[in-house]
Amino acid sequence: MMADRIFVYIDHHLGEAVVASWEALYAASTIAASMSSGVTALVVGDGVRSLAEEAIAHGASAAVVRESPSLKDFRPELYADVVSGVLKESRPEVLVLPTTGRTRELGAMVAVDLDTGVTPDAIALEVEESAVVATRPIYAGKLLTKEVSRTRRPQIVMVRSRAFPRPTPDTARKGPVDVAAVTPGASATEVLGYRASDGGVSLTDASVIVSGGRGVSNNGRLTPPPEITDEKQQEIWRAHQGFELIRQMASVLGAAVGASRAAVDAGYIPYSNQVGQTGKVVAPDLYIACGISGAIQHLAGMRTSKTIVAINKDPEAPIFKLARFGIVGDLYEIVPALTEAFRTQLGK
Amino acid sequence: MEFRISDEQEMVVRMVRDFGQKEVLPIIREWDRRQEMAPQILPRMAELGILGICVPERYGGQGFDYLTLGLVCEELEAVDSTLRVVMSVHMGLNSLALLQWGTETQRQAFLVPQARGEKIAGFGLTEPGVGSDVAAMASTARRQGEDYLLNGEKMWISLATKAHHILWFARTDLGSAGDPHDGISAFLLETDRPGVTRGDIHGKLGVRAGSTGWVHCQDVRLPAANRLGEEGEGFRIAMSCLDNGRYTVAAGATGLIRASLDASLRYANERRAFGRSISGFQLIQQKLAVMVQSYEAARLLYLRAGWMKNAGLRNTRETSLAKWYATDASFAAASEAIQIHGAYGYSDEYDVERYLRNSRGAMIYEGTSEIHQLMQAGYALGTRKDAQLRCELPAYDPTYWRAPGSAPAGRRTT
Amino acid sequence: MNIVVCVKQTPDTAATVTVENGKVTWGDAPLVLNPWDEFAVEQSLRIKEAHGGKVTVISLGLEGAREALKQALAMGCDEAILLQDPSFAAADTLVASAALAAALRKLDPLDLALFGRTSVDSDTGVTAAQVARRLGWPSLTLVAAVVAVDPQGRTIEVERMLEEGRQQVRAQLPAVVSVVKEIGEPRYPSFMGIRKASKAEIPTWSAADMGLQAPSPAVTWPALIAPPRVNTHCEMISADSPGEAAAQLVQRLMEEKVL
Repeated sequence: MMADRIFVYIDHHLGEAVVASWEALYAASTIAASMSSGVTALVVGDGVRSLAEEAIAHGASAAVVRESPSLKDFRPELYADVVSGVLKESRPEVLVLPTTGRTRELGAMVAVDLDTGVTPDAIALEVEESAVVATRPIYAGKLLTKEVSRTRRPQIVMVRSRAFPRPTPDTARKGPVDVAAVTPGASATEVLGYRASDGGVSLTDASVIVSGGRGVSNNGRLTPPPEITDEKQQEIWRAHQGFELIRQMASVLGAAVGASRAAVDAGYIPYSNQVGQTGKVVAPDLYIACGISGAIQHLAGMRTSKTIVAINKDPEAPIFKLARFGIVGDLYEIVPALTEAFRTQLGK
Repeated sequence: MEFRISDEQEMVVRMVRDFGQKEVLPIIREWDRRQEMAPQILPRMAELGILGICVPERYGGQGFDYLTLGLVCEELEAVDSTLRVVMSVHMGLNSLALLQWGTETQRQAFLVPQARGEKIAGFGLTEPGVGSDVAAMASTARRQGEDYLLNGEKMWISLATKAHHILWFARTDLGSAGDPHDGISAFLLETDRPGVTRGDIHGKLGVRAGSTGWVHCQDVRLPAANRLGEEGEGFRIAMSCLDNGRYTVAAGATGLIRASLDASLRYANERRAFGRSISGFQLIQQKLAVMVQSYEAARLLYLRAGWMKNAGLRNTRETSLAKWYATDASFAAASEAIQIHGAYGYSDEYDVERYLRNSRGAMIYEGTSEIHQLMQAGYALGTRKDAQLRCELPAYDPTYWRAPGSAPAGRRTT
Repeated sequence: MNIVVCVKQTPDTAATVTVENGKVTWGDAPLVLNPWDEFAVEQSLRIKEAHGGKVTVISLGLEGAREALKQALAMGCDEAILLQDPSFAAADTLVASAALAAALRKLDPLDLALFGRTSVDSDTGVTAAQVARRLGWPSLTLVAAVVAVDPQGRTIEVERMLEEGRQQVRAQLPAVVSVVKEIGEPRYPSFMGIRKASKAEIPTWSAADMGLQAPSPAVTWPALIAPPRVNTHCEMISADSPGEAAAQLVQRLMEEKVL
């Protein structure tokens, strides 16, 4: 059996790894050094051998694979049986997982099996007297707490998405892979199928919002089609192009699309997207304001956003006073560039 | 002496507040601009049992006390005055009159469906030519055998076109000999009777998301069984109705002061000028302090009136005082709230201009501020005394109010 | 159907939460029924309305938690029980799930135990699954829709929200279900409900009452941190090209753990 003291569970959906699993590997590697240990990837499923190789490419020193056809669909009870079994045999000090809907259940159940603590949504890890101290947000992120299982082993820590960077994969990396079949017991649950989510993200629930203001129509280089002769309609056409760029960024970020009152009044976008005194009041983690000047009644709708990013041609725009980060520039250039940068970062 | 509302009342307040915030606040600006009442308001208030809040269960109500009625009105008007106006006419002026003066038959026929929200109730006292001088009313009710024949027009009637039942006041003594105060009677008028026509009035300064109109009776035949109280008792009945209507207005205006205060606090913390938050300027702070003072005073005044109603004590003086104080103060508070908001206060993008327009009406209806001043001076000088009434508003008795009786309360199963 | 809904009392989400003397404090902001649990109560009531039965609401908490239980009763739950014991103080999810599982065993036979997806204070989102594991019941977390309940056939079919979309699952009863907002707007408490709730007798169950030797918590919290108030100083990103500016901004956002 592997001698590594740190195991990382590689979460996947029907055999395709989630990006957060590699971030979890990175997180594990940061504590591996102080624990003088390598990192073993743990993969459970059906036909998931390739994930072991991917994990090693992303930094694992070894991998354990446990497979069965009845494990094709994730079911927490069966996966927990397998994972708890592996951990009971291998006895690592730490199990790191990414935090997803699946792993929350999995980590929860394994913690019960092994009578140990489980800490989800960790944004930072440190080692203190051979225990992993995790930092996680509570009260909707208004506070942070440090959390540690001082004596129980293994410590189960789930890292939050994007709290840790993704390591650059090195396909030349090799390591031992222990593959074995398992026979899970019967299950009281049956997965019937999958389907895509309904609709877009609602403004009031969104944790990321990308908003457009009057500035989205401001692009003299854009030529409307010849059949649009009315000046006002041409302006609206240009605004639609601008909002399309915003929609693309929102799509990459899984964000909702918002707008200032000026944009709504000018007919660029429906009232249901309006953020502000007369529109919706929102409090996302990230609010990206494109071409929005920042009049007080718009600020009234979004000022409690955790982080505000402003993109505006005018360096004196009031929104910069409220923003955490600002870029003075043409949103027609900045927004697509940002969308690309987000796409690269998030692996989409 | 306990200056605390009960846990039960807290839960009611929270529920009504949630309803107002979730279902009315997001749409009210639009309907105020349209000068129409949003169609779902009355059905929702009926469904939730708000329209029967303080009526005994045996009469289809929810069995809460008069204090709770006041607390509910404060919450409703903090969202928009039109919600509280519904309570003023449906409950304060009409339904409680049935509780006070109605026969058992009349309560079963009118109060039960009203409390359940199946029928909407209104109050027909004011006429085009008669406001403060109630005794001079021109509407008539001519006795004809077992019926009365109603003729006349009422104006500035809230829910005129929505009400199924209107408490209608008319002169039954058509001679010139007697005291005009003794020649008026009260009637329970169903608006679907032949001869009743109604219409809406638009162009009001405030309460625009509500329904105000006129009602006209042309030879409307009404059985004598629909007369509320005795012939000639109408004036006294009308005044006792106003004791309850005014109470809801006082409570509502208190909510309006609170709304102005909350909006002003929010804006003062957001707006910056001269390099700092305007909440740091003393002249702004003074306005906020005055709003706090008038809110607390208005609240104590209406709660005292509610407590007296619960105790079965005559409260004409205390209710008049509460109404006069709260309505004048709500107008002042809204005006200062606009000032704090600066130019933004002048735009309907913010709520405070609506508060001002809404507040102004309450200084006129249910007794003008001037009428109340005369009343208070009369009480103080001893020239005004409250005569005993033949029927008093029953004191609140939880056993009586909450015994199921014959009419199951509420329409929903939850 | 015999349904139990597990709720928690938490500070209002609008409250300003800070750290004072090493403890979390929310000033005089009110304590409320955990908003996610309102959805769980709503779903429990809908299932009862469709199939008949009873809804019992339970909470692990201190005396003040009776307010949250009363709110649930006012919405329409039939009975409420408060779980309280000195050994539940400083509970981590291991302790909480043990206590809740013990209460559910005592209330057996049951068909369903419902939870909100998480609580807005500690926000771990693991308690439901841990209770399920202790009881050996299927765990159905993140349920966005209850598609069908078959009391005779003893199954439930749900739609769960995963990052990748919706998953349809059928499970045998009894089962543990945790719900998300998509399940449907919670009803207001009715006035009748409020009256019943304010008079309700809510019994307290201790660990002994449930035949439970509470486990000791595995997790401790050595420090609480109030994130420093972000100054309104705006960091301007400038670069030679839009692409470079974009890359810089993304890097800063990652560093600040914004994304």
